[in-house]
Amino acid sequence: MVRKVKADPKGVLEGPHFMDGDHALAEGALAAGCRFFAGYPITPSTETAERFAERCPEVGGLFIQMEDEIASVTALIGGAWGGQKVMTVTSGPGMSLMLENIGLACMTETPMVIANVQRGGPSTGLPTLTAQQDMMQARWGSHGDYRVIALAPDSPQECFDLAIEAFNLAETYRVPVLIMTDETVGHMHEKVVIPPASEIEVVERNWYTGPKDQYKPFKFGAENYMPGPMVKIGDGYRFHITGLVHDERGYPQASVEAGKINITHLIEKIDSNRDKIVRFEADQLDGAEVVVVSYGITSRIAIKAVMDARKEGIKTGNFRMITCWPFPEKQIREIASKVKAIVVPEINYGQMVLEVERMAAGKCKVISVNSTGGAVHDPNEILAAIKEGRS
Amino acid sequence: MYFGKLKEAKGVVHINESWCKGCGFCVNYCPTKVLVLSKDYNAKGYHPPQVQDAELCRDCKFCELICPEFAIYVSPAPSDGDEDKETHGA
Amino acid sequence: MNVNANANFAQDNPMSQFLRMERMPHIWCPGCGIGTVVTAFAEAVKKSGLDLDKIAIVSGIGCTGRTAGYVKLDSFHSTHGRAIPLATGLKLANPEMKVVVFSGDGDLTSIGGNHFIHAARRNMDITVVCVNNFTYGMTGGQMTPTTPHTANASTTPYGNYEYPFSLPFLADACGATYIARWTSLHARQISGSIKEALNHKGFSFVEVIAPCTTLYQRRNRLGDGLDALEYYQNDAEIAHGLDTRQVDIDYQGKIKVGKFVEKQKPTYLDNVNQHYAQVIGDEYELYGKTTPEKEAEAKAKAESAAKGAV
Ligand SMILES: Cc1ncc(C[n+]2csc(CCOP(=O)(O)OP(=O)(O)O)c2C)c(N)n1
Ligand code: SF4
Ligand code: SF4
Ligand code: SF4
Ligand SMILES: [Mg+2]
Repeated sequence: MVRKVKADPKGVLEGPHFMDGDHALAEGALAAGCRFFAGYPITPSTETAERFAERCPEVGGLFIQMEDEIASVTALIGGAWGGQKVMTVTSGPGMSLMLENIGLACMTETPMVIANVQRGGPSTGLPTLTAQQDMMQARWGSHGDYRVIALAPDSPQECFDLAIEAFNLAETYRVPVLIMTDETVGHMHEKVVIPPASEIEVVERNWYTGPKDQYKPFKFGAENYMPGPMVKIGDGYRFHITGLVHDERGYPQASVEAGKINITHLIEKIDSNRDKIVRFEADQLDGAEVVVVSYGITSRIAIKAVMDARKEGIKTGNFRMITCWPFPEKQIREIASKVKAIVVPEINYGQMVLEVERMAAGKCKVISVNSTGGAVHDPNEILAAIKEGRS
Repeated sequence: MYFGKLKEAKGVVHINESWCKGCGFCVNYCPTKVLVLSKDYNAKGYHPPQVQDAELCRDCKFCELICPEFAIYVSPAPSDGDEDKETHGA
Repeated sequence: MNVNANANFAQDNPMSQFLRMERMPHIWCPGCGIGTVVTAFAEAVKKSGLDLDKIAIVSGIGCTGRTAGYVKLDSFHSTHGRAIPLATGLKLANPEMKVVVFSGDGDLTSIGGNHFIHAARRNMDITVVCVNNFTYGMTGGQMTPTTPHTANASTTPYGNYEYPFSLPFLADACGATYIARWTSLHARQISGSIKEALNHKGFSFVEVIAPCTTLYQRRNRLGDGLDALEYYQNDAEIAHGLDTRQVDIDYQGKIKVGKFVEKQKPTYLDNVNQHYAQVIGDEYELYGKTTPEKEAEAKAKAESAAKGAV
């Protein structure tokens, strides 16, 4: 059951601000009711942690700089089961370290928000330069079969908005939600308008209220696989949680059958609710010959290319993914069935384009406008691809 | 003297043979040698302990503490009723 | 008759309050020392007088790590090495909790070593119980950071040429404020130390040397569990207060046991609150007070306000 309430005004810094995406992430988290942040410094994400550290004593929150990213994300799992809304922020190398315990969070259905302010990789790569190279890692990085939700903001304002959305999704689906932003958005200063608390809707944790002896920390196979309610460690339920395959009581069960029930639930609670989760912006898809599909900072470059193409008389649609995972499968399939080509610019060597190709299944051309990272596209590269797509 | 009225504590040993893995810790470290390993096997093929001299049990509970299997515990023996209960009671 | 073939053994067992009896028998091998430490822990909890609802246990991965699954408290079986950060997050999110980490030597001091030293450095208010069996039990007897020099392990089949950690010394150097070590034969003393650790404010560490019969004992031809206990009986020396620089363990050598360190120092959360109260002043709302503390504070505030109004 999803309970929405108004945000606690204590965490809402109402009014217009001039701030960067990293700071907006922290403000969004505070507005969403996050009062626990564990992190480890890494460019270009550190400003989020710094902002949270600064704001903590004003809002009754706690910031802890952990010894590494593994500790940071694991502390969130403890924090969430201790009753808090929790967040951390990192970039590529830190994300790589977090992956095992993101898996633990998925397995234990622990709500949390992790922002990845992407920079160029692999390895230490291009620490101060932008990229979108961790998109597949976000989806597949931890071992085993699981699902997460990933959002991609294209502006500081959207960093604020999607931080709130991320917490709401995390609570609704009891899943880690990743905010896959990038160095450019993270460090870009723009106007961010923070609405009054009374206009911010926040999803409360789905607290269990039934009899104590009947509590089970997990619920598999409910309608649409919606997860069951949570309790806080310390409230007297004396329950067990494990990263092993488990039953609804949380007890380990080493069998194929138990695994089937457990893992199906983890996957289906996202896949069955894809339509409710997926958010996007679509413009002039009807009658389009070519559609540009993009996300994050790249969408802001793509729009220029789309407008230039339209000026040249090419019917060009624009599709911006706000939710990258789960992938907007239905929408892309539909586009592919109607257009000559889909153009996919992204600041990586071709990642989300693979999903687009999978959905297009040969029905239209799919053109990747990729790069090795470090800079946003030149809109002319995208324009050239649009032209190529139409021909 | 008070001591005159004090009685040695006595215990009743409870053994769950099916959980026992026959490590012998309880037998070896019982200070009064109450227990011996049985010659019989339990379902898992281990020799569980058995009480050889119940009278010797002082309810010290060391067997209970040292048993890695939670397979043995000791409760206080019901008093024989031949002495002033109040010295032991509230 | 003083023997009892009790049909209700599981329910009547005094451990039934602490253990998930429906999960018994457990997975540990015959003569393995972990079960003894669990019983000693349960005894300690009983004696500590703490509310069972306010104690949580967090384990990592390993044979010892399975403890969280058997203990009838709020319990979290995390990932290999990560019990301490998980416990840290839990403690900070809900400071009313007494959080106990119960895990193995490999889990806590190899893969989790970084977390161990930092939690000690912060004087994080948690209790860490380490069952040190000198090996990776669960994965088949490989070398750990505590395997004594020359001991045989499956990854040091010709004997261990590395130097081991002395865990009390490590904990001490990092800032732990309560440190004790026993062997699994010292069941009562373990229990006493864990009780003290539970009631200690700050990072408390209890190491228990215990037999891994199937792997460490067997690989080193050291006999079974009883042989291990005999070694402890002969070679463990109680030395309360001994300088932790002198407590390292050589292969089958003397084992110094006892309470080595007990001192008071503000905890991580104490420091958070003291520091903010100092730099921010009265406006700072203390973080993470327990409900009774908060109520008492609100009452005092209301009373002083009422007085002011007169
Ligand atoms: C990241 C990771 N690496 C390796 C393992 C495999 N593994 C499981 S338990 C274990 C060792 C446990 O040893 P210890 O902590 O000493 O516990 P014991 O089994 O001896 O009680 C290892 C290496 C794992 N589960 N996760
Ligand atoms: S309670 Fe003490 S005396 Fe009695 S059997 Fe157990 S160890 Fe022996
Ligand atoms: S200590 Fe426990 S497991 Fe070992 S022999 Fe005695 S009853 Fe059996
Ligand atoms: S392998 Fe070793 S540590 Fe693991 S249960 Fe068996 S005896 Fe104990
Ligand atoms: Mg070990």
